[in-house]
Amino acid sequence: MTDSDGLIRSGSRAPDFTLPATPDGRRIGPGQFRGRPVVLAFYPADWTPVCGDQMTLYQAAMPEFDRYDAVLLGISVDSVWSHQAFAEARGIAFPLLADFEPKGEVSRRYGAYTSQGQSARALVVLDPDGMVAWSQLSPPEVNPGADGILDALEEIGSDRRVVTR
Amino acid sequence: MTTPLQVTSRLRTPVDETDHVRGPADAPVTIVEYGDFQCRYCGAAYPNLAEVLRQRSATVRLVYRHFPIANVHPYAESAAEVAEAAARRDRFWDMHDWLYEHQDQLDPVHLSLGVEQLGLPPDEVSAEVERHAYADRVRRDFVGGIRSGVNGTPTLFVNEIRHEGGHDLPELLAAVDAAAGA
Repeated sequence: MTDSDGLIRSGSRAPDFTLPATPDGRRIGPGQFRGRPVVLAFYPADWTPVCGDQMTLYQAAMPEFDRYDAVLLGISVDSVWSHQAFAEARGIAFPLLADFEPKGEVSRRYGAYTSQGQSARALVVLDPDGMVAWSQLSPPEVNPGADGILDALEEIGSDRRVVTR
Repeated sequence: MTTPLQVTSRLRTPVDETDHVRGPADAPVTIVEYGDFQCRYCGAAYPNLAEVLRQRSATVRLVYRHFPIANVHPYAESAAEVAEAAARRDRFWDMHDWLYEHQDQLDPVHLSLGVEQLGLPPDEVSAEVERHAYADRVRRDFVGGIRSGVNGTPTLFVNEIRHEGGHDLPELLAAVDAAAGA
């Protein structure tokens, strides 16, 4: 079930998947984190300019995601090697997943793939049971920030305990 | 919940007495800047904002809030905390100006020299920054920014509406004049 813009909608069961997260072939996917909210951040490409970069911002905002015990996964069609270099350069410690082969397969399943051959800039928040709680598509050149994610996590957490670390 | 195509455009954390404010308290236009002392785009905006305050001195006031992106700017957090140490001594804006005028000298040694240059006690300030006495204050600004949709630096809000234009002088003056006439 997807929205008119194609992106998966709230109330849908999130398709499970795993994707390579490291050059040694370790695979990560949302199903490994049942019981915690999972934020999937699809983005067009590694290496966008620093001060407005979405993944760089999310690393800085990590303590806020931690308050909701949320897991953050970045996803683009870049290779694990690009992701590794990008993560090192920007101090990114959360997993960046490579939707690289078959190219864009997971992004397509979420309705977050573009005709330019990149992931769309799309945010999908899964509740602890793996259902889509919130989703948002942004123009590729617009960094959507983290406020929508935090609002969604707050709503999920309103009937659950907020974790203090 | 599916949010349509939109970007949050409003300041969610109102200006209050804990903010750093430069300009007349009753100014009809308030610019809130979320900045990072090590960000070169903030450095580029700094003289333009100063010039806006000079040219529209009766109209506009500037509020500065911290938004250090520490994972790419290793000195941004300590610079922000030093500015807070200066604020405790009523010297926030002097320190703010020094930091933006010396963006290539934010390492601990040069930063301490800057503190000394301003006539502030470098050892005391260093000790406060080392024990992160102002980290919560800086964090509060950052979190408020995140909740207002700040997605990079500098982000400006003009009378609580996000400024989508550039940061050169003509664009900033136009934004202020539009807000003053609104």
